[in-house]
Amino acid sequence: MAGSLKGPDSSQPGSSPAGELRDSSLKIVIVDESPIRAAILEDGLREAGFMHVEKLGDTHNLLKRIYAIDPDVILIDLENPSRDVLEHMFQMSRAVKRPVAMFVDQSDSASIQAAVDAGVSAYIVGGLKKERVTNILDLCISRFNAFARLQGELDRAKGALEERKVIDRAKGVLMRAKNYSEEEAYALLRKTAMNENKKIIEIAQSVLTAAELFK
Amino acid sequence: MSVETLRIGFIPLVDAAPLVVAADCGFAADEGLSVELVREVSWSNVRDKLNIGLFDAAHLLSPVAIASSLGIGHVRVPLIAPFNLGLNGNAITVSPRLHDELTAAGDGDIADPLASARALARVVAERKARGDDALNFGMTFPFSNHNYQLRFWMAAGGVDPDEDVRMVVLPPPYMVDSLTNGQVDAFCVGAPWNSVAVESGVGRILHFGCVIAARMSEKVLAVREQWAGAHPDVVAALIRALARAGTFIAEAANRTTVAAALSRRLDVPAELIARTLSGELKLSRDGKTRGDSRYILLGGDSTNRPDPVQAAWLYAQMARWGQTPLSDELCAAAQAVFRPDLYDLALRRAPAPHDGGPRDGVGAFAGPDFTADVGAYVAAWRAQRSGRPRLSLVR
Repeated sequence: MAGSLKGPDSSQPGSSPAGELRDSSLKIVIVDESPIRAAILEDGLREAGFMHVEKLGDTHNLLKRIYAIDPDVILIDLENPSRDVLEHMFQMSRAVKRPVAMFVDQSDSASIQAAVDAGVSAYIVGGLKKERVTNILDLCISRFNAFARLQGELDRAKGALEERKVIDRAKGVLMRAKNYSEEEAYALLRKTAMNENKKIIEIAQSVLTAAELFK
Repeated sequence: MSVETLRIGFIPLVDAAPLVVAADCGFAADEGLSVELVREVSWSNVRDKLNIGLFDAAHLLSPVAIASSLGIGHVRVPLIAPFNLGLNGNAITVSPRLHDELTAAGDGDIADPLASARALARVVAERKARGDDALNFGMTFPFSNHNYQLRFWMAAGGVDPDEDVRMVVLPPPYMVDSLTNGQVDAFCVGAPWNSVAVESGVGRILHFGCVIAARMSEKVLAVREQWAGAHPDVVAALIRALARAGTFIAEAANRTTVAAALSRRLDVPAELIARTLSGELKLSRDGKTRGDSRYILLGGDSTNRPDPVQAAWLYAQMARWGQTPLSDELCAAAQAVFRPDLYDLALRRAPAPHDGGPRDGVGAFAGPDFTADVGAYVAAWRAQRSGRPRLSLVR
């Protein structure tokens, strides 16, 4: 399943065997209220050799749970208001075993832009080498984008289904009113749409509105 | 002037009013501006999207604009604040149980912040003696007035916010739930969340923020310094649109219109917003109310003209609580974030004299008058923490 989700921009972290060995020990926490997206991301991370991945769906007692897991990397979706809770960790290093800092540094505006565009934010333990998490962030960005594409396709499919229903009902109205066959009813809708330079769905909607008025 | 659409980020709070009114009541259009207000869910998002240029401007916590410019806690991106969107507007709400404990421990009326802070010190000591868990206080962001107001208040009574209680960040929409399920015992947040807690009976408003300090810059319009330099005419037009919106909001006769506009953008009932704007809030479910004309200030020169004294005071809070080192250079840099010069330039007039505000520009309920000599000011506070370990700097 994960393979089919990979876009052309998908990257492969841990390309060297030594890198995989080293990175597999990183503990990663995903904070995401969308269970599907979190699963897609977890899948990708495991595939790339990261064995310690935990998902936090709800954000109740978030800090306490994160301290208990003691992660090296935290990934959080930007639609999550609890991002501000994570920011607090910068300011309370005494309460945290290890301070956490945002991944991006000042020279890295391209990667922060790509991450924000994709809707994900990453925090890492201070002192972790940047190259070690670049792969993780790239993977997140591509998975988040893949999820957005999937969501978009799903929305379009739902929309198409709705349109089909409206057109079917309009055909039914015409078939009853004019004693048309289904083909003739559809042909009339299509011809009217072409003449008026409109979409079939718009004409079908007008037919239904008119039928409602004449009831 | 460029007529491209300005993308402006905001958090759904009452003090986004000047932006909402400017965008939705025609003041921005009058200045030839097209404005798209983009609703956000966290201050981190607003800051990051402003920093990387996804937003041209933003409704921002005043301390975040300073922290970002000084590079405290995050990437350093110089921001400027040419317009102050709001003064005050917060309140401290406590659980009914903590309210009872404070009343019992108080040796005076706990409506007085010094009396309530001393009562809190006694409650904290009693809990410690019993071996109870420390009290939890919710606030909205490390760099926020909510954080600083809670700290200022409890420290005046002898409570060390870093040692004696736990300060936790919570997104405002989660505050009321967290008070209900006991995750926090009190919180400091902006409108309308204190009223929501009161209405549902899980909290009692203890103090308005304006009682802790009479004049605190709460939210600013923030833009990147670099962007402002490249688009001076757009900045000036935006300031004029916001200033006219501010004047409109300050007029009590327009309250219904303002509440309706905010209601559409915030998804909060207009009636609740109108009550907030009036400064007359219900304190507890039994219907007791308290009014204060300074509760929330959104319009007029004395509110909207950025005041560098406010920036210095916020910087002093950051230094006092160890978020940043203390230095005159950093204080000057913080003050330079607030830009009354751009405000005056845009409105092409000399600012009106202050309307009887506090003599030191802040009006805090305890401690010495504020002075631009932040070193001496912070030292005076630290001297009061007798017998306690000095704060260690974070990071």
